Amino acid sequence: MKPLLLKGGKLVDPSQNLNTVGDLLIADGKIAGIGGSIAGPEDAEVVDCDGLIVSPGFIDVHCHLREPGREDVETIATGARAAAAGGFTAVCAMPNTDPVTDNQAAVGFIVRQAQRAAAARVYPIGAISVGQNGEALAEFGEMVGAGAVAVSDDGRPVASAQLMRTALEYARTFKIPVIDHCEEPTLSAGGAMNEGIVSAQLGLKGIPAEAEEIMVIRDILLARLTGGHVHLAHMSTKGSVELIRWGKDRGIRVTAEVCPHHLSLTEESVRGYETNAKMNPPLRTAKDVEALREAVKDGTIDLIATDHAPHHYDEKEREFADAPNGIVGLETALAVVVTNLVEKGGLSFSDLVDRMACSPARLFNLPGGSLKRGAIADVTVFDPSERWKVDPSKFLSKGRNSPYTGMTLVGRAACTIVAGSVVYRSGNSGRGRETKRARG
Amino acid sequence: MTRTLGKDLLDLESLTGDQIRLILDTAEPFKEISERAIKKVPALRGSTIVNLFFENSTRTRISFEFAEKRLSADTVNVSTSGSSVSKGETLVDTARNLEAMRIDMVVIRHSASGAAHFLANRIQSNVINAGDGTHEHPTQGLLDILTLRDRFGDLKGRRICICGDILHSRVARSNIWGLTKLGAEVAVCGPRSLLPNAIDQFGVRIFDRVEEAIEWAEALNVLRLQFERMTAGYIPSAREYNRVFGITSERLERAPRDILILHPGPMNRGVEIDSDVADGPHSVILDQVTNGVAIRMAVLYLLAGGKPELAEAAKGGSSRGREERE
Repeated sequence: MKPLLLKGGKLVDPSQNLNTVGDLLIADGKIAGIGGSIAGPEDAEVVDCDGLIVSPGFIDVHCHLREPGREDVETIATGARAAAAGGFTAVCAMPNTDPVTDNQAAVGFIVRQAQRAAAARVYPIGAISVGQNGEALAEFGEMVGAGAVAVSDDGRPVASAQLMRTALEYARTFKIPVIDHCEEPTLSAGGAMNEGIVSAQLGLKGIPAEAEEIMVIRDILLARLTGGHVHLAHMSTKGSVELIRWGKDRGIRVTAEVCPHHLSLTEESVRGYETNAKMNPPLRTAKDVEALREAVKDGTIDLIATDHAPHHYDEKEREFADAPNGIVGLETALAVVVTNLVEKGGLSFSDLVDRMACSPARLFNLPGGSLKRGAIADVTVFDPSERWKVDPSKFLSKGRNSPYTGMTLVGRAACTIVAGSVVYRSGNSGRGRETKRARG
Repeated sequence: MTRTLGKDLLDLESLTGDQIRLILDTAEPFKEISERAIKKVPALRGSTIVNLFFENSTRTRISFEFAEKRLSADTVNVSTSGSSVSKGETLVDTARNLEAMRIDMVVIRHSASGAAHFLANRIQSNVINAGDGTHEHPTQGLLDILTLRDRFGDLKGRRICICGDILHSRVARSNIWGLTKLGAEVAVCGPRSLLPNAIDQFGVRIFDRVEEAIEWAEALNVLRLQFERMTAGYIPSAREYNRVFGITSERLERAPRDILILHPGPMNRGVEIDSDVADGPHSVILDQVTNGVAIRMAVLYLLAGGKPELAEAAKGGSSRGREERE
């Protein structure tokens, strides 16, 4: 493998308080040199990074790659390539596949498929309960042994407080977070969107913010009881932010994520029965969006995750109440965050990199998250100012279900490097200004 | 001023007050046709209309069918049983097939909110919403408003209370939008478990007690109580509902004025409304049914491109309204 010399980019690495223009040298899959002007070895491939940001590789701790079971909608390979095109060097795959990823063999399958794809890394997340049925605990130990990095019954809430308690206790042995999809199922039953004025006007059954918040506070209290690490998936309400703050103030081991769509869109997007604005948790109100943006800035919300959820186009082409939840997110996440939080919201690029790269690595105990010399060379190079129009037909994901279709967004991955190998490059120059895209 | 409708009639939310008045005014001359011995005019001769009913309905479907036939349209009725819908065909495929058959209009009733919008966005034919889930039922709202206007004249400042299950009622939503746009004062009354949580943002007055509503209102639109609401646990029993929220003659006798009684039907006598009220002197429930045909004729006529001022001429036997479009 030839050494790579990234020339003249802005090095943004909060893990070492770095925010300066300089070179980055990668050799043997590791960071070999950083800062200043580096004269690389003669055989090094030089990538011109003038005007681009060079940062630790982004890590998405929450996506649905649909394999095994729905390979028509996404595979681990297409998902991993879409991730790389979005600037992610690693993603964590949720276990709500068919069959459910609830044992070591299923975890091993995902690891092998990811190796074959040779794009972004894919870390499996195992199920909390066998079959995600909310009853018997799955074999955390064996799944971790096979490569699982966390457990979750995502897609479904853990309805039983006793099961959640046991999972938090048992997970301590393996030092993995227990990720919960916070939704009180009797309150949310049949709901298709946020409960409020829009749902009342459209005649759609609503899901109140309280359905999420009741489970948020339950999980925080159970984390206090057990000393386990609870990670709250896709937070969507102002009330949840306040409860997480309450928990963190008391030293409880609670961490949380938010999705780009909950930072940028509101329930108003559903008007016209727009099924690409249907997700769970649902898009909420402008007040919630505001509170979530603040929480990303002040660190109450630890990280940004996509909840990438591809669906076949005709599954979304139906009556709103019957359409499936979820949108694709891997290839728009960076741009949505830059457009809505950096350009408009005053988030620094340093904090963006922390929430999308450093914080996920730290909290999930994953490689990467730093450009320190000797660290693994998972690196994202992105253009912070490229304006582009979202055209789902150009996505590398098989999914086309995006609420951002046709919107002009700012910020785009130029080059994604995993263990020193370029797995994605937006143009021949590596500067992200051309439309030709390398596949993996 | 908008004196025309768009391609479709999907809801009253998106109509202006002028558009609503246009439909009501156009309905006036059509009322008379139903009083004739030969109840037929050629206004929609040559038009093909599909009545697409994915949900059971007797009176709305019959009302549309009469309206279509009295305007001389060719109609086909499709209901869930016996169609490809029961074989699992999707709504989008149904829409494409209808489009391929070059029909002029579709009247759709569907259990999913937004189904009429969905169809309208995908076909060029005019689409009329005959009730979509718990969203809207615009022709019902219009016929209720026409019935109120027959008695009150201008509705500005008139006090109308909608009673019952607002949460699940498409009739309530259409009435709230339509009446509000015409300047009426609108209130709702029902158990809080059957009111949307965001009802305070609808710009309506809320009464927790039906006695207070009766004290305030000049007209009550009494909604049908769906029995599945009991099994779903929204209220304990029909008996208690009648005792607490029922429109009874005892309650009405204490009203400070005569109150007009409307009901979109079909009625649960002895539940939301007592028989002596439904059949009493202030009930306009059958006028609503009569007006329903005239409103639907007006909507069909206007969407087909008929000019409102020609409605008079149309009923005299000319088919100019249709020709104007072509």
